[in-house]
Amino acid sequence: MIWDRRYECMPREEIEQLQLERLQSTLHRAYRNVSFYKKKFDQLKISPDEIQSKKDLAQLPFTTKEDLAGSYPYGMFALPLREVIRIHSSSGIRGKPTVTGYTRNDLHHWSQLTARVLSAGGVVKDDVVQIAFRYGLFTGAFGLHHGAELIGASVIPMSTGNTHLQVMIMQDYKTTALVSTPSYALYIARYIESQGIDPKSLSLKRGLFGGEPCPESIRKEIAERLFIDVTDNYGVSEVMGPGISGECEYKNGLHLAEDHFIPEIVDPQTLQVLPMGAEGELVLTTLTKEAFPLIRYRTRDITALDSTPCPCGRTLLRMKKVLRRSDDILILKGMKIYPSQVESILMEIEGVEPHYQIIADRVQGIDTLELKVEVNENVFSDAIKNLQSISAQIERRLRELVGVSGKVKLVAPESLRSPEGPAPKIIDRRI
Amino acid sequence: MLRVESLSAYYGAIQALRNVSLHVSAGEMVTLLGANGAGKSTLIKVISGIHPSAKGRWFLNGQDISGLPVEEILRRGMGQVPEGRQIFAPLSVLDNLMLGAYSRLRGEGKKTVLQDLESVYELFPILRERKDQRAGTLSGGEQQMLAIGRALMSRPKILLLDEPSMGLAPRIVGMIFQTIQTLRRKGMTILLVEQNAKAALKIADRGYVLENGRILMEGESEDLLNNREVQRAYLGKEYREVWE
Repeated sequence: MIWDRRYECMPREEIEQLQLERLQSTLHRAYRNVSFYKKKFDQLKISPDEIQSKKDLAQLPFTTKEDLAGSYPYGMFALPLREVIRIHSSSGIRGKPTVTGYTRNDLHHWSQLTARVLSAGGVVKDDVVQIAFRYGLFTGAFGLHHGAELIGASVIPMSTGNTHLQVMIMQDYKTTALVSTPSYALYIARYIESQGIDPKSLSLKRGLFGGEPCPESIRKEIAERLFIDVTDNYGVSEVMGPGISGECEYKNGLHLAEDHFIPEIVDPQTLQVLPMGAEGELVLTTLTKEAFPLIRYRTRDITALDSTPCPCGRTLLRMKKVLRRSDDILILKGMKIYPSQVESILMEIEGVEPHYQIIADRVQGIDTLELKVEVNENVFSDAIKNLQSISAQIERRLRELVGVSGKVKLVAPESLRSPEGPAPKIIDRRI
Repeated sequence: MLRVESLSAYYGAIQALRNVSLHVSAGEMVTLLGANGAGKSTLIKVISGIHPSAKGRWFLNGQDISGLPVEEILRRGMGQVPEGRQIFAPLSVLDNLMLGAYSRLRGEGKKTVLQDLESVYELFPILRERKDQRAGTLSGGEQQMLAIGRALMSRPKILLLDEPSMGLAPRIVGMIFQTIQTLRRKGMTILLVEQNAKAALKIADRGYVLENGRILMEGESEDLLNNREVQRAYLGKEYREVWE
C-alpha cells in the first residue's frame, strides 16, 4: 500500500522543484546555524546563494563520519538543545559515538517515512508488529516503532535477545509482521525449527528487514523457512535512521524518500558524481532535517540509482540493495565496526600490537566476529593465564565500545604480516 | 500552477531577493511569511511583471513567464490583490469591478463578465448594496473585498494576495480570511503574502519563510506552526530562556 500518495507518487517535475526549494533553504539554515558548514563554505569561497540548481550541489563539500566525530557531541546541531526533543547515537570512531538530534518536526517526518517503508512492505493497521531491533540509542527500533504506530498497527516493542520469549510471544500474541535484521530473522527461523514448531502454525505474514545487508539468498532462505513475504529497507543512523528507502511489493530496488533527501552516487576514489545507473558510493543531503542537517554525507554504502518507472506507481527513484561498502567498515548484527575502533582498543591494552584481523562469518544464520590480534614477544611466551586475561580484556572493550561480542584469538608476533605487506584487516566470509 | 526557480531581484545595487524558489500547485493555498523588508512584496511585484530588475525563471502552468510585461502576465491568469488595496477611489464600486474585467471585455463580450460580476456579488453581498457608491467612501474591510472582487473579475488561474489583513480590525481580518478560505474551497489557487503568520498558517496548506531575501524554511503549515524559530519570530511567542 502507498502511505503518502501525494509525495510518493508526485510527478517528477514537482519532486525536482521541491528538492531545489528545500535544498536552498537547508543550505541557508546550515550556513547560518552550523559553524562547521559556515567555515567550510567560507574556506572554499562558496556561498549558499550561488546554488541555483540541483546540479550546483556538486560544488559543495562532502561531510564525513570523521567530520561528525570532530564535532562530538553537539557541534553540528543547527539548533540549540532546547529545540531538540530526542537524541540518538550510533557507533562512532575514535571511541566516541556519533550523536544525532531530532526536533518535533524531525520526529514527525521520521515517523511518516518509516510508515511509508512499512506500508510498502505490506504493513496495515490490522497487523501485529513485533519489533526485534534493540531499543536504546540506536535508531532502528524507535524509528520503525513510530511508523508502525502511525499506521495504527499493534506494536510489540520486543527488542532483541531472548529468542525463546521472542518466539513464545510471536506464537501467543499472533505476530503478523517481524521487524529485525535479516540475520536475526534467520536465527529465529532456525530456532523455531529446532524447537519442533511448525512455522506454518504462526500468524507471521511478512518480515521487514534492515540494519545490515540482505542479499537475495538470505531473503529466499527466510521466506522459505518462515513462509513470509520479505522486504528490505535501508537507513543511515547519522542521516536519520530507517525510513530513507525501502522496497515495494515488486522488490526491484528500494524507493528513496527524495522529498526528504537528495541522493547522489559518487566514485569513492575520485569523488566525481556518476551518472544515473552507475554503481558508486551513496551520498545523501537532508532536505527537511531541522536539528541535524547534513550536506553531502558520504554513507560509504555502495549502490546504484534507478530512475525507470516502477509498476507500483511510486515516482520516487530506487536504489539497489546495499551489499558492500566503500571503506573497510564491517556491518555485523546491525552494528557498524570501524577498524579505527578496534585500533583504539588495542592501543589501550598492554602486551598486544595494533596488528589485527577481523573475521566476520555467519554460523547457522547468525553473524559471528573473530578478532585475531598479534601479541608481542614478551607476552607470547607468557603463562596461558595471562594470555586469557588479555583476550578477556579485549573482548570486554569490544562489547563496551563497539557493542558487539566477539571471540579474540591471540596470535604470534609478525604472523599477520607477510613480506608482501599486512594481511587484510577485514575478512568477510558472509558474502 | 506557479513555479519560481532561483529568482533574484535588485533595487539598483541592492539585492532584495536571493535565489528564491517556490511553487504553488493547482488548488493549493500557500502562504509566504516574513517580516517587513524581507522581500515579500518584491517577490509579488517581480512575478506579476511590475518589477523588471530580476534574474531567474518563473512559470505559470508550465509556460515561462519570466520577464513578460504585466498586462501579458495578467492576461495569462495571474490575478493580483495589491498591498494597500489600490482601488480607484473616485470611481463607483461597479466601475472598479468592471475595470478588473477590462482585458476580457473585448474578447469575451459582456455576458460572461456579467455572470462573474454576479458571483462576486454573491461572495461579497455588501458590494452589491454599495455598487453605485464611490469606492473611496467604503470602509477598509469593504475596500479589501472590492480589491479581491476586482481581481476575481479577471478570471485568474491563481490569485496573489498581498497583505490582505493590513490595517484592518481583527474582526474584519477574520471575515476576509474566511472569504479567502471560501475561494480556496471553490478551487482557487492562492498565494497569500502575510505578516499575520498565525492567521495565514491556519488556513494555508503550506508556507515559506522569507528572511533577508532568502527562503529559510518550507513546509506544511502544521510543521511551520510547530517550528520554534517560526513561533519566536512570527507568532509572537517569546520563551524565557532558562539556560543557553
